Amino acid sequence: MDILLDATTAVFAPATAAFALAAIGLNFHFGLTGLLNMGHAGFMLLGMYGYAISTSRGAPIWLALIVAIAAATVFGLLLGWPTLKLRGDYLAIATISAAELVRYLGRSNSLQGLTGGSTGIRGSDFKFTFEELSPLPNENITILFWTNHGSLSSSWWLHIVAWSAVALFALLFWQLARSPWGRVLKGIREDEDAVRALGKNVYSYKMQALVLGGVIGAIGGVLWSLGASVQPDSMGRPTTFWLWTILLLGGAATVFGPVLGSMLFWMSLVVIKGLASTFIPSSVLSPVEIEPFSLVLVGITLMVLVVFRPQGVLGNKRELAFND
Amino acid sequence: MTEVFAEVAHEPGAAKQDPIVIADHVHRHFGGLTAVDVEHFEVQRNAITALIGPNGAGKSTFFNLLTGFDRPQRGEWQFNGHSLVGTSPAKIARAGKVRTFQLTKALNRMTVMENMRLGAAEQGGENFFKALVPGLWKAREQEITEKAHVLLHRFKLYEKKDDYAGSLSGGQRKLLEMARALMSDPEMIMLDEPMAGVNPALTESLLDHVVELKNEGKTILFVEHDMHMVRRISDWVVVMAEGRIIAEGPPQTVMANPAVQDAYLGAHHDSDLSEEDPS
Repeated sequence: MDILLDATTAVFAPATAAFALAAIGLNFHFGLTGLLNMGHAGFMLLGMYGYAISTSRGAPIWLALIVAIAAATVFGLLLGWPTLKLRGDYLAIATISAAELVRYLGRSNSLQGLTGGSTGIRGSDFKFTFEELSPLPNENITILFWTNHGSLSSSWWLHIVAWSAVALFALLFWQLARSPWGRVLKGIREDEDAVRALGKNVYSYKMQALVLGGVIGAIGGVLWSLGASVQPDSMGRPTTFWLWTILLLGGAATVFGPVLGSMLFWMSLVVIKGLASTFIPSSVLSPVEIEPFSLVLVGITLMVLVVFRPQGVLGNKRELAFND
Repeated sequence: MTEVFAEVAHEPGAAKQDPIVIADHVHRHFGGLTAVDVEHFEVQRNAITALIGPNGAGKSTFFNLLTGFDRPQRGEWQFNGHSLVGTSPAKIARAGKVRTFQLTKALNRMTVMENMRLGAAEQGGENFFKALVPGLWKAREQEITEKAHVLLHRFKLYEKKDDYAGSLSGGQRKLLEMARALMSDPEMIMLDEPMAGVNPALTESLLDHVVELKNEGKTILFVEHDMHMVRRISDWVVVMAEGRIIAEGPPQTVMANPAVQDAYLGAHHDSDLSEEDPS
């Protein structure tokens, strides 16, 4: 019963929403445009830094959000400028190293004063502007079985804002994917030379997709940090690969794929962790080993799923069947 | 022979009555290998010109240069009087010169209809901000869709309009690529080996489509190996070998040109090899 409760908590957690949002960004990159962005965590981390640093220096929340968005935009432009003229693989290499670069810069001692080095930025330094906006009472609130604080950290307030953001950006994806703009991106995903031959400026479209997806990733990062803290090592390569897992699991190029993927991913992590700690005696698997063990199991489960259902849960089989 | 070519000399780089494309001194080499070295080249407006030559003659490279997909080391070329030096493929296409590819580029995981719509020009909804407001592009989308219906009927792909392009046969994909290129009402269409991989049953209808395009006033330049197609539909033939244009002329006579026969069969195809090689 506890596991069931934990699982539902995980499904609706703000962190799940933050990852769903970041995966929606990745869906613009990969699902629509076919861009292999292997450094999405870098966009998230830049968003977190932009938001947290400017807030801790006294910026109001709207300005902090603009800074986060601007940081991701500049990052996207810098990344895309040399790589988008080349074939796909180069972008993958450039993004994975650029994201690591952001993380290493963030945790370096020389930037201690700005980013807090490897310890990062404490939640109390940047969460207050968001929490002050909360219309909910400043106390724990219990709804059915679930108890959360009204305004602080992983609060009901953050739940509402994070899932509203997910809904908003899912709507944006739906609208753009069915528009002529989205059609050009899908064409680029299929064959960019063909789209060039039809008179479209492929470079510009790829740049737009890269920046838009990156900005959505940065907003996901901000939401994630509002439920935790800014910690550079939490946004390393594993985060990027989890996002890819979430996207492929839910179904790339679909509206709700990233959302469902994120829910399933975090839920199965909690369920496996719960089952493992209940049924495996600590003499076989000590409590500290449970976390990596459950990640391994989640990985295997997802591999099986992707092998037997390559289009993801919500994906379109016909779209993948003709992939040659 | 078509009348516009009556006065045209049967020699490489011959001047045409009303050229739509003019190229001068186009030179492209890859390392030490000269792929294209064309002194002068003109394409007659509203005619079907074939570009032929043995394998490795530089036809496809020349094609890529003319459409902006590759850049020469030097040379100039113009379309409708406007220089196209350094122009991107997308701009060349928007200027009214579209191309197809030797290896058909149907967008496989999009429907036939979406393929067609993508070919259309002047859809404001392809701008990010306008895309957010359907009211700004729905009307144009309707026009585009109607136009696509007409073309799909003409190319006998209408029944397939909701299928994924990847499910079409090779020949149907060629037809789709041609139909898609027509969505933007180009003045000139460049076909890179339109017959490659096309089932013989479809060949005739493909030929008819090309002739029909000419009758509508369009200019066609195509690269082809299939001599049957070249003889049947082209008004003028340009022969390339080793990067140069070695002969031009009407299809009925150009193959009799000794330079062309040498290029295809080797300069010594008439001599008796046994005398040179006693083994």
